Amino acid sequence: MTEKLTKTLDKLSSRKAIKYAVYSAAVIIFFALILIPPLAGIFIKWDSIQYILNQPPLVNRALSAIQNSFIIALTVAALDLLAGVPMAWLIARGKSRWLGVIDTLADIPFIIPTTALGYSLLLFWSKPGGVSSLFGSSLISPGWLLVMLLHFTFSFPVVVRVMVGALLDYKMEYERASRTLGAAPFTAVRTVTFPVLKPAMISAYILAFARSISETGATIIVAGVFENGSVFIQNIKNQYSTSDPALYNGAVVFGSFLLIIISIAIFVAIHFLGPKLRLPLRRVRPVAERKLSYKKAEKSRNTIILAVFLALILLPSLFVALSAFQAIPTPTFTNAITAKGIWSGYWQSLLISYALGAVVTVINIVIGLPTAIIIARKKAGKFMSSIFDLLVNIPLVVPSIALGVSLGIFWKANFASLPDFALLVLAHLAITYPYFVRSMSAAVERISPDMEEAARTLGAKPLGVFRTIVFPLTKYSMLSGAIMVFTRSVSETGATLAVTSKLQTAPVLLVNWIKGVVQASPLDIALASGFLVLFSFIILLVLRLVVGREEKVLLPS
Amino acid sequence: MPEVRVVNLTKKFGKITAVENVSLTIHDKEYFSLLGPSGCGKTTLLRLIAGLIQPDSGEIYIGNKLVNDVPPEDRDIGFVFQTFALFPHLTAWDNVTYGPKVKGFDMKEATTIGHEVLEMVKLHERLDAYPNELSGGMMQRVAVARALAAGAQLLLMDEALGQLDAKVRSEIRYEIRRMAKDLKLTGIHVTHDQSEAMAISDRIAVMRKGRIIQIGTPQELYMKPESIFVAHFIGESNFLEGYVQGKNSDGNVLIELREGAKMEALNGAFSKSQNVVLSIRPETLIVEKGLQDGPNVVSGTVERITFEGSSIRYEIRLDNEEMIVAIKSSLSGEWLNVGERTKVFMPVEFTHVFPYPETGLKDELSVA
Repeated sequence: MTEKLTKTLDKLSSRKAIKYAVYSAAVIIFFALILIPPLAGIFIKWDSIQYILNQPPLVNRALSAIQNSFIIALTVAALDLLAGVPMAWLIARGKSRWLGVIDTLADIPFIIPTTALGYSLLLFWSKPGGVSSLFGSSLISPGWLLVMLLHFTFSFPVVVRVMVGALLDYKMEYERASRTLGAAPFTAVRTVTFPVLKPAMISAYILAFARSISETGATIIVAGVFENGSVFIQNIKNQYSTSDPALYNGAVVFGSFLLIIISIAIFVAIHFLGPKLRLPLRRVRPVAERKLSYKKAEKSRNTIILAVFLALILLPSLFVALSAFQAIPTPTFTNAITAKGIWSGYWQSLLISYALGAVVTVINIVIGLPTAIIIARKKAGKFMSSIFDLLVNIPLVVPSIALGVSLGIFWKANFASLPDFALLVLAHLAITYPYFVRSMSAAVERISPDMEEAARTLGAKPLGVFRTIVFPLTKYSMLSGAIMVFTRSVSETGATLAVTSKLQTAPVLLVNWIKGVVQASPLDIALASGFLVLFSFIILLVLRLVVGREEKVLLPS
Repeated sequence: MPEVRVVNLTKKFGKITAVENVSLTIHDKEYFSLLGPSGCGKTTLLRLIAGLIQPDSGEIYIGNKLVNDVPPEDRDIGFVFQTFALFPHLTAWDNVTYGPKVKGFDMKEATTIGHEVLEMVKLHERLDAYPNELSGGMMQRVAVARALAAGAQLLLMDEALGQLDAKVRSEIRYEIRRMAKDLKLTGIHVTHDQSEAMAISDRIAVMRKGRIIQIGTPQELYMKPESIFVAHFIGESNFLEGYVQGKNSDGNVLIELREGAKMEALNGAFSKSQNVVLSIRPETLIVEKGLQDGPNVVSGTVERITFEGSSIRYEIRLDNEEMIVAIKSSLSGEWLNVGERTKVFMPVEFTHVFPYPETGLKDELSVA
């Protein structure tokens, strides 16, 4: 029965019309569901901007918040590159047995939902139980510095992941050639390896930038009175959404519009100007660079980077676990597992989060696969495919709360009866779409077209080629792409807050608990975060077991 | 100046011994080839000499200086990689002048050197092109120019002609030899192509399974192979199994092949009734229908004929069922037809006898 079905499908797939239909459907879905709504929505309520424009203080507040967003994202991405490249180097080139463990540990801040991460950092840096107790007062109070630290922490794994992948793909022959020509190790890396890896660094920078610019939930937790773009939109909602809806609409549309436009402009600028950027390599100072190549220099570099990783990233990220463990012998734990009081809402929100994540992941695989193939195989011509590739990344670089605002307006204006869950699916779909498509298109690109052609000459139909060649060779990338989508969706706060206030996902609920919207004790919050971390660990573990160590590339480069 | 000497060199990769207790001296200004089938350890040996990998034991001397702990950048070598390894982000010109630049020469000096070496490899056009815009032959020239520009007296070539078309390859190998000789360089050339090694080298080391089997000039290796493997790997040989019957008055060995054919062959030192392998090159055989019966004459039937231009290749099934290949000039003498009976004479002076290998003849001939 299934055999017959596959045969029929295989046959159908060799028809030009069917192929054309599948690819055009993918393109249409991309534009109709993913790209247009988040961009077009704000223009529907464009007129409301006038309400904020005649309130200069509010305009100034919005502008400075948006400025903060970009300063932080641009700086944090640079710092991540600075710390992430040596770390990736250590993982890819080091020889210690422990590197596998460090490699896995480096993924932790990526896999933990950012809100739990934010709370963990808050506990670690600002609350009495953390490092602050060593100093008698709060070491880092909520504010811009803590926001920077937070963003640095959760963007770090992205850079490491991309750079480890790039370093493993890098042909060592270039570096060896440089050495035989008389370059000291440091010089070889500076003049050959880094320039060759520049595209990967640009890609890592963009991803780190995108992570930072998009984050909302955790930022709200650690921001204090500090506002960036995302926090501003959320604060405006709390302040005016009921008291002055017109002003609220105006401020939100205004803020979202600027965030979207500037993000896209920066992304396009980095995309096109980045490759033109030349690292300074004209002058070589053989003596000084020789010193930097010594084993001692390498050792101290590794020590520094490991210390930074452990003290600034790993320890603060996992600090909440300590408090969560403290909650276990208390009634809080009993309340939690018996779903008493506020905890019934917690489990419900967790259910919503995971259900949402699952739905979004499945849809992504279905609609994202043809798009990935279009991009990887340049099905739409060289030029159009590269444009398409660029467009696919846009939802990635647009702050998710702005994207959510715009997308919410778009769908509510056109389909007023759309249930909130559907809105959530659409919003999360738009945000996570680039992750899956990028991961898959990179994987498909790695397969030589020769192999597909060989299969065709041996008699396989197009779908058969996919089933027997492309899929087996890309299934790990597909899996890791799917897990990325799932994790990203579960972690997302900004877009969720923007499209619905009725349905609470786990991170939204956690923000409400922490901000005191719902009365929750510190133990409650710690335990709730602890559960999120625990479940994330299980996901990470499963990923590692299924995917194994060879397939390290979680994120496409 | 750069004589290269390796002493008892061993390198293991996990359980595999890539280079096993190799000792070798390459003279100053000599063009030397490491020849062997893939996986024989020749590239590993070259990389050890270059300092790209470290030996497990043994010593490497370049110009009488122990260089085991000297990093590659200080060994004063030029290395041409199999894949060329041209830096993809630099133009041909920047690739060539990379060496002088990283060594801290000033721009003027680097430019002068760049022009000099490009003159040598006869590459003047397309200097602004990036590696991915160049043809294989051009990339090869740039790679050689780059290695020379670093000022090395020792040129190491790792299968550096392997990626080129056959025609370009056979032209470029003479150029490289000429250039090495003009510049008075010491060259070490790794290849699996015996005709390339023969054409380019002063001396060749034949390697197999991490060891050097024989070192000699191309003529020596061809005329006096010391093992079945060398006889097989350099040029082409027929191998016939037999056993020793004794010696004659000239000191030649008397051998009886399977089914009783009697042979006389060079080389001594075999004991009576020892199993041996007799080898003889196809081009030394005399194939004629009307040959007189006598020592070293066997008869058989032509089974296949291949016309190869200047020569004709006959595959002849001997009466003892063994197959023998004979190559004759296509320009003289009568041609035989498939199925025809003929006689084959094996001149004594071209025969070699080897003890029958312990692991069998098939294994000894395997080039894997």
